[in-house]
Amino acid sequence: MPGLGTLYGRGGATTFLMDLVNSDLIIIQGSNFAENHPVGFRFVTEAKKRGATVVHIDPRFTRTSALADHYLPIRSGTDIAFTGGLINYVLQHEAYFKEYVETFTNASYLVDPAFRDTEELAGLFSGFQPDSGTYDPASWTYERDDVGRPKKDPTLQHPRCVINVMKRHFARYTPEMIESVCGTPPDAYRRLCELVATNGGRERTMVYCYAMGWAQHTVGVQNIRAAATLTTLMGSTGRPGGGIMALRGHASIQGSTDIATLYDLLPGYIKAPSLERGESTFEQWKAKQTMPTGWWANWPKYAVSQMKAWFGDAATAENGWCFDYLPKITGDHSHQPMFFTMKDGGIEGMLLWGQNPAVGGQNAALQRAAMGQLKWLVCQDLFETESAAFWKREGVDPTTIGTEVFFMPAASVAEKAGTFTNTQRLVQFHEKAVDPPDDAHSDLAFAYGLTKRLKALYRDSTNPLDRPILDITLDYESDDPHERAREEPDVEKIMREINGYTIADGVQLKSFTDLKDDGSTAAGAWVYTGYFPAPGENLTRRRTGDDWVSLEWAWAWPANRRNLYNRASADADGKPWSERKKYVWWDDEAKKWTGYDVPDFIATKPPSFRAADGARGMDAHDGTAPFMLQEYGVAELFGVQGIVDGPLPTHYEPRESPVRNALYPDVQVNPVLKQWLRRDNPYHEVADERYPFVLTTYRVTEHHLSGAMTRWSPWLAELQPELFCEISPELAVERNIRNREWVTITTARGEIEARALVTGRMKPFKLGPKRFVHQIGVPMHFGYQGEVTGDAANVLVPLVADPNVSIHEAKAFTCDVRPGRRGAAHEGPTWLPVPLDERTPLGRPERSGAVAPPPHETVAIDREIVDAATIMSASRQVHDQGERRP
Amino acid sequence: MSVDETNGFFTDVTLCIGCKACEVACKQWNELPADGYGLTGNSYDNTTHLGGNTWRHVAFVEQMDRTTPAESRWMMLSDVCKHCTNAGCMEACPTGSIVRNEFGNVFVQPEICNGCGYCVPSCPFGVVAIQPQSGIAEKCTLCYDRQKDGIEPACAKACPTDSITFGPVVELRKKAEARVATLLARGQHVEIYGTKEQMGAVGDLNAFFLLPDRPEVFNLPPNPVLPSTYQPGAYASLAAAIGVVALASYAIFRRRG
Repeated sequence: MPGLGTLYGRGGATTFLMDLVNSDLIIIQGSNFAENHPVGFRFVTEAKKRGATVVHIDPRFTRTSALADHYLPIRSGTDIAFTGGLINYVLQHEAYFKEYVETFTNASYLVDPAFRDTEELAGLFSGFQPDSGTYDPASWTYERDDVGRPKKDPTLQHPRCVINVMKRHFARYTPEMIESVCGTPPDAYRRLCELVATNGGRERTMVYCYAMGWAQHTVGVQNIRAAATLTTLMGSTGRPGGGIMALRGHASIQGSTDIATLYDLLPGYIKAPSLERGESTFEQWKAKQTMPTGWWANWPKYAVSQMKAWFGDAATAENGWCFDYLPKITGDHSHQPMFFTMKDGGIEGMLLWGQNPAVGGQNAALQRAAMGQLKWLVCQDLFETESAAFWKREGVDPTTIGTEVFFMPAASVAEKAGTFTNTQRLVQFHEKAVDPPDDAHSDLAFAYGLTKRLKALYRDSTNPLDRPILDITLDYESDDPHERAREEPDVEKIMREINGYTIADGVQLKSFTDLKDDGSTAAGAWVYTGYFPAPGENLTRRRTGDDWVSLEWAWAWPANRRNLYNRASADADGKPWSERKKYVWWDDEAKKWTGYDVPDFIATKPPSFRAADGARGMDAHDGTAPFMLQEYGVAELFGVQGIVDGPLPTHYEPRESPVRNALYPDVQVNPVLKQWLRRDNPYHEVADERYPFVLTTYRVTEHHLSGAMTRWSPWLAELQPELFCEISPELAVERNIRNREWVTITTARGEIEARALVTGRMKPFKLGPKRFVHQIGVPMHFGYQGEVTGDAANVLVPLVADPNVSIHEAKAFTCDVRPGRRGAAHEGPTWLPVPLDERTPLGRPERSGAVAPPPHETVAIDREIVDAATIMSASRQVHDQGERRP
Repeated sequence: MSVDETNGFFTDVTLCIGCKACEVACKQWNELPADGYGLTGNSYDNTTHLGGNTWRHVAFVEQMDRTTPAESRWMMLSDVCKHCTNAGCMEACPTGSIVRNEFGNVFVQPEICNGCGYCVPSCPFGVVAIQPQSGIAEKCTLCYDRQKDGIEPACAKACPTDSITFGPVVELRKKAEARVATLLARGQHVEIYGTKEQMGAVGDLNAFFLLPDRPEVFNLPPNPVLPSTYQPGAYASLAAAIGVVALASYAIFRRRG
């Protein structure tokens, strides 16, 4: 997550679940911790037993709220305003942890004089390019001295030092403003401000726990940055009971970020070569990615070792380590644009593993239709998911779909060996318990078998384009005849390659510091180097725990460090900030860092070390710089790199909102958000009276994601058997809705039906004396396959994205809800949207908000008469005209 | 069987997150089928009550307060057989199928039960029921088979927040009292449900609860009764009725005679 990555250097959670018990204040926001991470929540209840205060901030009163000491309601999509208000409070009251902030952050660095804040430009930062809808971040930097080092004012008095820029930036976020934006009662908000202000410093720490409730917004990355900024100001990051706990939504999602499933990353957070950045040779790639100072000065060692692991002897210095074999990034190939391309016939086939876009994909009707444009689809899963059965769904004539669908049975977790990397970067091995039934195979076996067969097919090819297939290493054959007969590869052989070894003698490496950039070492993912340091020593199998750090339990990346940036748990001199919060410290006799955890620091670099002018790599960092992957080793409260929508978090409304931006009336939404203006992906404009309510989608404990596993289990299905829609009693009265009866929820993308669950746990938000906003909630678990079925909430959701990571906005958009069941044709646009030339281009402040929503009559076209071909050709045309923003 | 060795459950409502892992773990271990699919509209409770197939049931109580929102609560309680010291079901069972086993738990022996159902109305807590597939009375066995292997019952094992704890009742009671003291000191009003002082003739409950509200709120009887509770009165009424009939008969026959 760049939210954490740009502030601290790494995108992972800074702390671990077991450490929550040491916290004094646990703030859960953007997460339904108890419902979606119930096992991890045991450490929250334990912390509560030990006296910690637990606060839950959420649009709905959930099972997490039920266990919290304080619950504060918040309108969906206003988290930055909420957290910004807390930041404002601690800055104005000087309640932040001064020594920590001065030493470990860029608070004292001077910002470039060319920089202009949102306060000066009415909601925009300097560098906004209206034509492209992007920012030029050139002015988001430091003022530098003659040798290029940032200028600093250790007294924090200079008006342009970061902390003072922040003070001005957040001054607008007052409790009164929070009430009118978030709908949070001001008294409760003030109490929270005081609670935060008294839980920082030497003796006390606070932790933020977040999940998809923060990520799935067009300001998702900035939501997380805001919270990380606050915990850093309070001096909690890197210390016991402090930091940011990023809660991952499903098993090993951290692992699939590490061993990268993201289109623009290679394993170990190495950025995939991009032609957009001009990286068309290895040398160009290396020049762009190797940082002069900080840990990323080591980049060539990791990249070269990775290519050696993949292409073996074929990778040589002369051929740029087979750089030409790597696919190059030519644009945004993330999930959403990929499905638009698919819908427009630009993709021939798809391999679908562990994903169910027909239910889990936003604007699900579009994603289902897109799959119908494929020539072939291979879906490997436990059950015939909605995506595997998309061609026979309600309202669709299978004879009109040309896609050839191959459904491959998959092995479940107990039927295969492997590792899980959980939410706290802990890699844990699990054994296979039983053979999978019949012809079911692990995903690994499928990928391995496919590659083996491709290699055999291309064996005699002399075409140079086929070299990558022929040269890729594939030495994972199992030594167990039983597994070999089942075509299952040896998991530990793959782990050995990921861990890394020396090319000359095949000795497994113990640390990523052993990696070389001369081709003498191979390692599939440098962050995992050390988890399998010798044959028979698979550290992820370890199971010796204690009641806290548990260094002997499995293995966490990097280098088995559990609490990242833990050098910050000691003061500038290397002494613990307090006895109560002692964790890692400098041992002056042994001349090294020591403590309860593996120090996340150069073990022998003393606190007194000062970098020489012009030093490179880690030598450029002082002994007081805990954030080793950052340019200067400090947390970047003012983000100078890696973030595209502003150096400081700023409140913008969601893409679809019933209200105008109260903080910056001229800029309604994130000015650089990604959107796709197409007829098959219509958006609601601000305060559209046809869609007056806010909708948030979410998960409940009883089901998992699209329900592809859980709705097939009768034990789970009976616990939540039908799709429901949570509605406040106030809205139920207003719309004549009765509990348990059917309601239809409509957006421009489609409509779904659900049972009404009228509950006092939902409550309208009071934004002003006579201004209320209703919010409803719908779980995203249901689809048309399985023991229990129902409409998919994602049919309602627009495709629109955060500009940093292209995540969608399923947590805040607008809708209508009325009693009764839906009609038969519920998929696809429910009305033809406003013609594109009449739309308000977003992110262009000179025109933003200028066009009022069109009246009902002009747009309420009966959708029966709009045939699919018209919409299709219209959307193609729009796409061809390049309406999609880069 | 000494009282000290009796095993039971302590279920702490203040720690329950309503995840229903106990319900699922119970059904999985004991191979009980689902009861069917239907949304009740009653909070998140779709299994509604304990029964022949549902031996753990999580009740959801919403107390949302619009005038003082800070007082709002959503409470979850994982209900289960109480394994009473004086069990109503055991008292009513005519076949001797319901016994107290070596762990001090109330246990229905499936091979002896004839499905007469007398136990069903005799349970003051509405726990035991006729299982539709087997036709005999079934309820929580406190995972008798697991206890015999020295492992804790499935529900307690699955509970992520330790709302359900298992062990010797004597120790569980000490733990519960300490928890009550802590919460009272923090200003929370909580009480133990299941002491013989409250339960009267039923005696101590070996599966007892820590409640943040009155028992009625969770559909638990404040004054549970046994079939035998009304027995003396019932016999007295019977005797009186016989007496009246006898006197009346005497009077009638005497007049005729």
